[in-house]
Amino acid sequence: MNAQAHITPQQALTVRNLHKRFGNVEVLKGISLTANEGDVVSILGSSGSGKSTLLRCINLLEVPDSGEVTVGDETIRMQQARDGKSRPADQAQVERIRSRLGMVFQSFNLWSHKTILENIIEAPVHVQKRPRRECIEEAEALLAKVGIAEKRDHYPSHLSGGQQQRAAIARALAMRPKVMLFDEPTSALDPELVGEVLRVMRGLAEEGRTMLVVTHEMGFARDVSSRVIFLHKGLVEEDGRPQDVFVNAKSERFNQFIKG
Amino acid sequence: MDWSFALETFISLVAAIPLTLQLAATSILLGAVLALALALLRLSGVRVLDWFARLYVFAFRGTPLLVQIFLIYYGLSQFPAVRHSFLWPILREPYWCAVIALTLNTAAYASEIIRGGLLSVPHGQVEAARACGMPSFMIFRRIVLPLAVRQALPGYGNEMISMVKATSLASIITLMEVTGVAAKIISETYRAIEVFVVAGLIYLAINFLLTRLVHLIEYMLSPHLREPRLQTSVQGESK
Repeated sequence: MNAQAHITPQQALTVRNLHKRFGNVEVLKGISLTANEGDVVSILGSSGSGKSTLLRCINLLEVPDSGEVTVGDETIRMQQARDGKSRPADQAQVERIRSRLGMVFQSFNLWSHKTILENIIEAPVHVQKRPRRECIEEAEALLAKVGIAEKRDHYPSHLSGGQQQRAAIARALAMRPKVMLFDEPTSALDPELVGEVLRVMRGLAEEGRTMLVVTHEMGFARDVSSRVIFLHKGLVEEDGRPQDVFVNAKSERFNQFIKG
Repeated sequence: MDWSFALETFISLVAAIPLTLQLAATSILLGAVLALALALLRLSGVRVLDWFARLYVFAFRGTPLLVQIFLIYYGLSQFPAVRHSFLWPILREPYWCAVIALTLNTAAYASEIIRGGLLSVPHGQVEAARACGMPSFMIFRRIVLPLAVRQALPGYGNEMISMVKATSLASIITLMEVTGVAAKIISETYRAIEVFVVAGLIYLAINFLLTRLVHLIEYMLSPHLREPRLQTSVQGESK
């Protein structure tokens, strides 16, 4: 499948034939994708194309109707419930896999009753049971990295949107995830705050982090990502390197989409 | 107004304050536990549990507390099965009957207040916790409940004030709390004005302190709603 497969890169995330339906609407109609370690995959598509649902199916915030998700070498086990609906077979496994996937939401979703530092150490301390002191040190380093070290003891409501999103990225990183999932991370931001978040994401990409980014930022997709996937009506319509896809896409719809 | 009589009454009534506080505190605490359980039944998504909680709230909110006290104190003892049960040592005590009635009653109101608090927790914050791999009980304990408590506290303060006043009904079943002692003094002296004014002032004082306490807790629990103490400059950034 991969053209430059002379070295076999480690697969970080594999999605096989994912289907998801909400009522009568089939949102995902069989999506497969693989992200190798270090890949930055931009997922594009017009609204309603299923791109957010795809991301949310990967960490089971939505339960896919069928298909398989593999993180590292562990595949999420699913089972058929009596009503015919698909369910995860082992909730503990789901929680374990979620802790390996860092999720960044469109609306930040920081915990409003905790300070920025508390937000960041919450899951490392309580889910991963790592020593608190170590987590605090790591959190401070992460805050410095995303450029808001001085906001350590502030509450989320005291931060601008861009700062909140950078804190949310630090919170996801604090779990030392295998793969980062970004669900339209800049869509809720004022235009002048988009840049600071994209800069942080670009930095992560350059570090070699594996990232799946649902986005509308064409510049990011073109310049930062190593792969671009274009979804249309629940199917993968384009999949390739940005320099190929943006220059000569086979799909007429993608050409329309990037022209806006 | 006879000041020396008022002072004398005041001294007698002060001696009854501990019982009033004990009734209120016990039933508020037990009621809170029951109320949380009822709120969780309402939100469980299991229809049978949901309807049980609805029926409970309907019954205890829809009937007078006085009737509930009478039913528990006089009503239950009509049944030989109750009189011979292991519960009888508790149910024959007017104190415990009052506590039970007050608890069951406040739980009905408070469960709705708590349910409102739980429903107010932003879904996104719960989702963020799930995405971190938190198990559901941990999410409830560390994210949902703290946020719900902050939201429910003002309403719950009202309910606590109501409960302090409601303890006065326990005087009907012979308990000598503030109102009970007041009624006894009146029956001996026929001086209703002084006695009830003093009794009213005592309730007012208790509720004043209670209100301050609730405000203090509210203040301590919501630093995120106040301006940051060490405001670093946020120049020109639009919200």
